[in-house]
Amino acid sequence: MSAFRVEVRVMPRAALLDPQGQAVEHALHALGFGDVARVRMGKHLVLEVKAASRDEALARARAMCDRLLANPVTEDYDLAVDGGAAR
Amino acid sequence: MRRVAVIVFPGSNCDAETLAAAQAAGSDAYFVWHRDTDLRQADVVILPGGFSYGDYLRSGAIARFSKVMGAVTEHARAGGAVLGICNGFQILCEAGLLPGGLMRNAGLRFLSRPVWVRVEQTDTPFTCLYEKGEVLEIPVAHGDGRYVVEPRTAAELEATDRVVWRYVRDNPNGSTHEIAGVTNAVRNVVGIMPHPERRDAPALGGQDGARVFHSMEARHATQHAVDVRAVDDRHLRV
Repeated sequence: MSAFRVEVRVMPRAALLDPQGQAVEHALHALGFGDVARVRMGKHLVLEVKAASRDEALARARAMCDRLLANPVTEDYDLAVDGGAAR
Repeated sequence: MRRVAVIVFPGSNCDAETLAAAQAAGSDAYFVWHRDTDLRQADVVILPGGFSYGDYLRSGAIARFSKVMGAVTEHARAGGAVLGICNGFQILCEAGLLPGGLMRNAGLRFLSRPVWVRVEQTDTPFTCLYEKGEVLEIPVAHGDGRYVVEPRTAAELEATDRVVWRYVRDNPNGSTHEIAGVTNAVRNVVGIMPHPERRDAPALGGQDGARVFHSMEARHATQHAVDVRAVDDRHLRV
């Protein structure tokens, strides 16, 4: 068993209004960053998952996302896992 | 007199008013703690407003897995009436007992003010004493009240008359199709974002919300959807 650091990125679905992203975009424009567009804001979760392999850690993290961490009606997610340093 | 279980989650804050509104309508209403699994032969279950689990992760996302929700789901599947108000509506969506989800208000601000909703459907356990098309003044108090649903599901909700209340005059939070409340396909589970329990007596500024609770009692004699009897804590379909 190793401990894998899995990073989960949860974003509001592309088709849905993201008022937080819009507010951040407006603030950036107000600060003179006119070169920014389509700002979207989501959540970033970092998990330490104990698993026998990288694939198993990813599969477990995916199950966690489907069950709890993301709402399939309103959000999409993607996962990244590091090399899996043993503890 | 119907038995009405008002579920209390850590962070519920409209539980007392909801209990009082049900009692004022003549129901035998009582609290059920979220760790309990026994609804004590409830005819109706109400998930009240509040901020269960601090709205962490997403509003309702954690409450949806609390112990009591197994019993609530079983009650709903057996045809028992369930009402979710505000945070209760969010929990029912997270639990998959109602379609869609509730996201941050389009204007970002937390809204605490009266809104106007039109009663679109009167064949639910919580609206049968209203007239179709009646406009009610009821307050909202939410940060995550924007009802979103996939276009295909939205079309299905409209085609099957499952939008129960709709915002009129303005859309306070940017909800899809101005939806303020919906019901499931069987029409026994209902969610509403505004707070009918906060307008159930003249002293509260109006009583447009009172009939949500009186409707539960009115349905008692004429329940026709599914006849369910509770025996030894179990719901039996008869």
